[in-house]
Amino acid sequence: MEPFQKTIHEVSADLKSKKISSVELTKNVMDHLEKVEPKVQSFITVTRDEALRQAAEADKRLASGSATVLTGIPLGIKDLLCTKGVRTTCGSKMLENFMPPYNATVVERLNAAGSIMVGKTNMDEYAMGSSTETSAYQKTKNPWNLACVPGGSSGGSAACVSADQAFASLGSDTGGSIRQPAALCGIVGLKPTYGRVSRYGLIAFASSLDQIGPFSKDVEDCAIMMGAIAGHDPKDSTSADVPVPDYVAEMKKSAKGLKIGIPKEFFPDGLNKEVSEAVKKAIEELKKLGAEIHEVSLPASPYGLAAYYVLAPSEASSNLARYDGVRYGLRVPGENIVEMYSKTRAAGFGPEVKRRIMLGTYALSSGYYDAYYLKALKVRRLIKQDYDKAFEKVDVIATPTAPNPAFRFGEKTGDPLAMYLEDVFTVSINITGMPGLSVPCGLSKSGLPIGLQLIGKPFDEATLLRTAYAYEQATDWHKQKPSLREG
Amino acid sequence: MPVENYEPVIGLEVHCELKTATKLFCGCPTTFGSDANTQVCPVCLGLPGTLPVMNKKAVEYAVKIGLALNCQIAKYSKMDRKNYYYPDLPKAYQVSQYDKPLNFGGHLDIITKDGTKRIGVTRAHLEEDAGKLIHAGGKAGRLDSSDYSLADYNRGGIPLVEIVSEPDIRSADEAYAYLTSLKSILLYIDVSDCNMEEGSLRCDANVSIRPKGTEKFGTRTEIKNMNSFKFVKQAIEYEIKRQAALLDKGERVVQESRLWDVTENKTKTMRSKEEAHDYRYFPEPDLVPIILPESYVQDIRKSLPELPSAKRARFVSQYGLSDYDGGVLTSEQELAAWFEEGAKQTKNAKAFSNWMMGDMAAKMKEQDKELKDLKFDQKKLCELVELIDAGTINSKQAKEVFAEMFDLGVSPAEVVKSRGMAQVSDPKAIEGAVDKVLAENPAVVADYKGGKQGVIGFLVGKVMQATQGKANPKLVNEILKKKLDS
Repeated sequence: MEPFQKTIHEVSADLKSKKISSVELTKNVMDHLEKVEPKVQSFITVTRDEALRQAAEADKRLASGSATVLTGIPLGIKDLLCTKGVRTTCGSKMLENFMPPYNATVVERLNAAGSIMVGKTNMDEYAMGSSTETSAYQKTKNPWNLACVPGGSSGGSAACVSADQAFASLGSDTGGSIRQPAALCGIVGLKPTYGRVSRYGLIAFASSLDQIGPFSKDVEDCAIMMGAIAGHDPKDSTSADVPVPDYVAEMKKSAKGLKIGIPKEFFPDGLNKEVSEAVKKAIEELKKLGAEIHEVSLPASPYGLAAYYVLAPSEASSNLARYDGVRYGLRVPGENIVEMYSKTRAAGFGPEVKRRIMLGTYALSSGYYDAYYLKALKVRRLIKQDYDKAFEKVDVIATPTAPNPAFRFGEKTGDPLAMYLEDVFTVSINITGMPGLSVPCGLSKSGLPIGLQLIGKPFDEATLLRTAYAYEQATDWHKQKPSLREG
Repeated sequence: MPVENYEPVIGLEVHCELKTATKLFCGCPTTFGSDANTQVCPVCLGLPGTLPVMNKKAVEYAVKIGLALNCQIAKYSKMDRKNYYYPDLPKAYQVSQYDKPLNFGGHLDIITKDGTKRIGVTRAHLEEDAGKLIHAGGKAGRLDSSDYSLADYNRGGIPLVEIVSEPDIRSADEAYAYLTSLKSILLYIDVSDCNMEEGSLRCDANVSIRPKGTEKFGTRTEIKNMNSFKFVKQAIEYEIKRQAALLDKGERVVQESRLWDVTENKTKTMRSKEEAHDYRYFPEPDLVPIILPESYVQDIRKSLPELPSAKRARFVSQYGLSDYDGGVLTSEQELAAWFEEGAKQTKNAKAFSNWMMGDMAAKMKEQDKELKDLKFDQKKLCELVELIDAGTINSKQAKEVFAEMFDLGVSPAEVVKSRGMAQVSDPKAIEGAVDKVLAENPAVVADYKGGKQGVIGFLVGKVMQATQGKANPKLVNEILKKKLDS
């Protein structure tokens, strides 16, 4: 096995035992990255030189004995996380040459742990999408079938881990943008509880929904990444001052006695048969491992998608207003300020971004605020109440992550609503702020991955990791590698 | 209809910059006058990915203002986003407060010629300031003729409290009184420099008129760009007349923003830089709500100093001053403190206050001096008061002594001693001078005896002259009369 094919916990042991140096490991990863990149297109910016410089620093740390488990480990960073001195585009022409003068807090924490950044990954423009097709730069391919999408909006972050171009990566999840690509690319993806991870330096899409989370090859790596990035940040007023548990230790506890809820609303009649079967089989497996299966009901959850597509665009219409050509980013000159604003934003934003800005502006406008935004906030509370009630009975809720495996390029771009339906199982978790994890649980007949979604109580990522780990260790989905072929 | 038949209805919006050390949501300093864009950071520039963190001191100062204006302090309050596009607004939204302001339902009292009047304060909320634009290449820095504009974000993010009055004000004079009263309160509680020239205090006026005796509000205009209380008064006076003239012609008042033109002394329509007025307010998702425990509010209440109106009332009752004098002395906290320190050391606080408001104020203005620059202290002024009350010097002499005390810092007793100024109150000494003057002015004496009693003043003057001004004028008068009448 090549070093780049290993997991963090495996290769970290190699670094510690000096079987390989960080510089050697990074070269090994970067060479492979560059070899498969023409096929996969995961990265907007590759930072080879900087990665090797960081690797040299990591080797010094490893030698002095002050290393952490992440020291010397090459990682990918979604291109909406600010990286000082490295261009951060958000997948948009608007920020094509934007050079942040500061690091996002999660980037600072990874730097402090001594990890290495191989590059900034491709994404749907401003995180708006479920297939990474709205990126202004390139389309990322699903490593399991290059004719299919990797999911979105963190398609690049998912694909690069799936294709072994990085050991793990950071993505962001507002309506499912970590979990859905994780499911479509056959890897583990976790959206933490809202407030668990600092949003400082995350270029905002929807402030009350966005969260940063890891993609990884297995559950243990996910626990390692969470340990590094979670925790209170005084720079983020919405970050929670809640202690961070030892996720790796918690993860290894047995699944025996865990109560798992299955919500009937998430298994509608029309659900894709392969998805339904794979997920039900996974639940059976958990039962064999000693978990108790209960039926629960989340009656308001069908309204989650509608509420999300009012709340998220509304906040986005405000968050994206600052891109006006005045201070940074693209500027298209005009005869007067209004012309400059209009031309700049017309040129800088793609159609999906414009669509959502218009939707959001409308929903917040005078005369409509009560009927849309305020109403969506009320629906939000109702959905949360459903989950709170269910979690009185169970510890974890299990559902499919995505309604289908990866679809082909162009299949859903003609109908925005068809694309929005990709998020149907993931959005209500963002609305309620609860943590959600996707773990691989099968392959379709055509060889495309299927994900099992586990939803937890607030700040109970430990139970999610524990459940996922027990399932993963009893199966071998996590050992399967994509073919990098077109089918 | 003469303009007096219309009743003006005026509401004032005052923006007060808080003198916190740092901005509302970041650690940048709030110092005025620094080089452009040297007091900025990713947060107050609204760079992508940045987040606000609330400045505790700003909340404290805002609550202080609310308490000083007799407001209710909201137990639950929140920040909202006010969305609009303008280059001085980095995030294209201002973090302000919409439907749940920190302070509401207050009032302040003003003194008018008809007595005390209560002006309601609708609300006083917390918000961040925008940056500053400089329009270059055009006429007098105006936007419409400029070639380009420069943006300075030093001011962006500085905490403001917006204080909105009820439309209870009925004249330009009342508006002026409201502003001076408000400024005085804000300075007393030490939350702002209240400097209109530096922009730490700004005022917009909403003005409408209606026929006297009617209830329905007329159409109002908003007047901006008035950077002194004097201009506010002038602008309101002009606007009232302008609206009256329009209504008299049968025309309507257009609802618009107007600016005060200081060169032409008129209000003028603003070239509309205003966007559509739908700010699409929604709760700021990057900040948590402001929930203040009762104990927090009580602690701030306890920390408030004696406010101007309470101090004025106390000066009147404690020191026997008039309402007017009390008002003058309490207009500034330092002045009130200076007075009170002196009043404690004298039996004649009224006289002490008269010297402060008369000769002392005049000389301070003339020499551009502040209290801290004075070369003498209250003890010396008390000494002067005592010398007069004891009859040692007369009022004319006192003025000279005061001048020397003010200019050189010498104690009054010293001046009197060194200049031999002690008033002559010995009747025998005065009699001599009186006899001489009577002898030298037979015509005037004849006039007096003939009925023109007023000429005694002339004779008193002559005696004062003869005694180098040292004679006790009261005694001179008595002795003259006695001799003339006999």
